Amino acid sequence: MMKRILTAVFLMLPLPAMAEEVVLGLSKNQVAITTSFDGSDILVFGAVKRETPINTEEPLEVIISIEGPSEPIVVRRKENRFGIWVNTDSLEVDRAPSFYAIATTAPFHEVLSDVEDLRHHVSIDRAIRSVGAPQNISDAEAFTDAVIRIREGKGLYQLLEGQVALDQQTLFRTRIDMPADLTEGNYITRILLTRNGVVVSKYEAVVDVRKVGLERFLFNMSREQPFWYGIMSLIIAIAAGWGASAAFSMLRNN
Amino acid sequence: MQIYLPIAEVSVNAFLLLGLGGMVGVLSGMFGVGGGFLMTPLLFFIGIPPAVAVATEANQIVASSFSGVLAHFRRRTVDFKMGFILQIGGLIGAALGVVVFNYLKALGQVDLLVTLCYVVFLGVVGVLMFIESLNAIRKARKAGGSPPPKRRQRGWVHALPFKMRFRTSGLYISVIPPIIVGICVGILAAIMGVGGGFIMVPAMIYILGMPTKVVVGTSLFQIILVTAFTTMLHATTNYTVDIVLAVLLLVGGVIGAQIGTRIGVKMKAEQLRILLALMVIVVCLKLATDLLFTPSELYSLGAAGGH
Repeated sequence: MMKRILTAVFLMLPLPAMAEEVVLGLSKNQVAITTSFDGSDILVFGAVKRETPINTEEPLEVIISIEGPSEPIVVRRKENRFGIWVNTDSLEVDRAPSFYAIATTAPFHEVLSDVEDLRHHVSIDRAIRSVGAPQNISDAEAFTDAVIRIREGKGLYQLLEGQVALDQQTLFRTRIDMPADLTEGNYITRILLTRNGVVVSKYEAVVDVRKVGLERFLFNMSREQPFWYGIMSLIIAIAAGWGASAAFSMLRNN
Repeated sequence: MQIYLPIAEVSVNAFLLLGLGGMVGVLSGMFGVGGGFLMTPLLFFIGIPPAVAVATEANQIVASSFSGVLAHFRRRTVDFKMGFILQIGGLIGAALGVVVFNYLKALGQVDLLVTLCYVVFLGVVGVLMFIESLNAIRKARKAGGSPPPKRRQRGWVHALPFKMRFRTSGLYISVIPPIIVGICVGILAAIMGVGGGFIMVPAMIYILGMPTKVVVGTSLFQIILVTAFTTMLHATTNYTVDIVLAVLLLVGGVIGAQIGTRIGVKMKAEQLRILLALMVIVVCLKLATDLLFTPSELYSLGAAGGH
């Protein structure tokens, strides 16, 4: 923050950095994972609040991203050895969001410069971090590319260029689809306003993705009382086995 | 109808799971195999995380085996004495198997070795059974339906000490071979994450010389104990038993097992064996192609720390 103000002062920009602010609305700030959960969509909408006249020289652009909780993952690569395909090289990716969607008003490279992307970690490439590839792997990038490719295929990573509608440089909205296999946790919704590829304002909100009802109960029980959870599983299994057997022998006797 | 699984954390079609459970249940009742060797790869294929698939499958096998064994129990085709003796070996073997499994995991090639285990054992067992039952059918036809010779094994199995009488099986043999069979199957079961019926059934027939009709019930009985033990182990250490997934699979499974047991009674032992052999060979070939052909995606993602 300090750095940005200093930069702004140094460049003698006509407006202070936060002259434009985001007022945000979300169609929901909680996603409940119920037994019949089959994905969800979130409508992100809002307005740009400003006390000065609209800067018409450089168009305002909006970037909206939703990022799920990150977990370290292991990426393995298969190679043909002695005629069979086996996992050989593997690389641990330290940080990869379980879900990541970015929607923009225009092609990504027009709305955000590389320098700003590096600073704010906006693009999918920048959201994934892997440090310290082992000596034997010279193409670490191929592994992170694989993470993106596999997760894009499942709809977990999305780049929605031009999907944010912006009216009068003030009102913006977009819709982001979330697939069914979501990880629980806090999903960070981030809105960046940019002019000429530079971030002029930033806003964050949290969408809470939680299991509820039966899903919550079973999940908690499996973690907190694993022994009784196991016993319950076995009782259900044996009761179902006995029930089916009894039902069938009754059917046969009648 | 889509349903969200709380532990697996994926959404799947409920009817698909019911159908899969039913199909595997029929096989379980017919052949006395738990069906894990078929179901576990099928669950991987529909996107269930492997750790959850293996653990939940163990729980489902308890249900379908229990359902199947009751029908056999009524017909008195379960050799409890033999079952318990195999079980003693089975538990020792399972413990050894876990040690071997963790050692392989430390080497970082556990997936490959598990698949190779499947291919080799399914291949050998399948081909041997297929040839044997084909010969039996041919012989039965030539001799105009005369029963095959009753005592195949007269060699080392009968020369060992600690003999015991197994009335249901009509055997008077040493307890050493059943315990050794139990240990071997236990080791493989722990490594491959299955009940081990597909190895146990041929071992009972060809090594112990048990009558086929008794083999199925006894194998189911033995599998219940092994898989119940495995379920508890997974539930308390890895938290990977998904009860919703298990219920869906076992509802289909127990009904399937009842149907399967009734089909099994109507069929001749040789026909039963040749079908099981064919199925084992098909699964073996499917797994072998995965190893031999270039995969469409060379990379795979896994949770850090696990395998």
